[in-house]
Amino acid sequence: MKIGRVVGTVVTPVQHPAYDGRRLLAVRPLNPDGSEASDRLFIAVDRAQAGVGDRVLLMAEGSSVRAIVGDDKAPIRCAVVGVIDEIEVDGRVVFPER
Amino acid sequence: MHLGRVIGRVVCTRRLPGLLGEKFLLVRPLDEKREPCAEALVACDAVDSGLGDVVHVCDGRESVYALHDPYVPIDATIVGHVEEFAHEGPGPQIGVAESAR
Repeated sequence: MKIGRVVGTVVTPVQHPAYDGRRLLAVRPLNPDGSEASDRLFIAVDRAQAGVGDRVLLMAEGSSVRAIVGDDKAPIRCAVVGVIDEIEVDGRVVFPER
Repeated sequence: MHLGRVIGRVVCTRRLPGLLGEKFLLVRPLDEKREPCAEALVACDAVDSGLGDVVHVCDGRESVYALHDPYVPIDATIVGHVEEFAHEGPGPQIGVAESAR
């Protein structure tokens, strides 16, 4: 799983039926300290009621995501699975900034 | 899964039997500022995309589930047309007009 920040919402009126009724978020992957990771921008299905600006857990693996969405044959690879409250690195809280 | 823009197409007549009937498009990945952010890739198309469309690309093993035959060597498929991409902060938002251009 990756740490990311929700930077936007994506609306796709024409889409594969597996996406019907699912909310799509644009997620920018971050390093634990909050700096931007080198990864590309991800589009992910929202499973945690996340909103723009939230620090989130991004599952970008595949088969686990298909299990979450309950469809074995869905072309869905990424999902936001949690909203992060706190990140601690080496005993120091790096998120939220105090 | 990534955001991208269709910048071209790839035609190959001789291909694996499982790939017959699939359309290959060249997609340039975009970031939230709508700037190209990675090398272009070749993707199959599940939603009838055209040149200039802003699209949602599913990559990896899952991409084949959008196709007719799930046992083909494909690692990226276009699964949606992006009509609206609302992001925080300044910078252009992708709207209907932009997507159609």
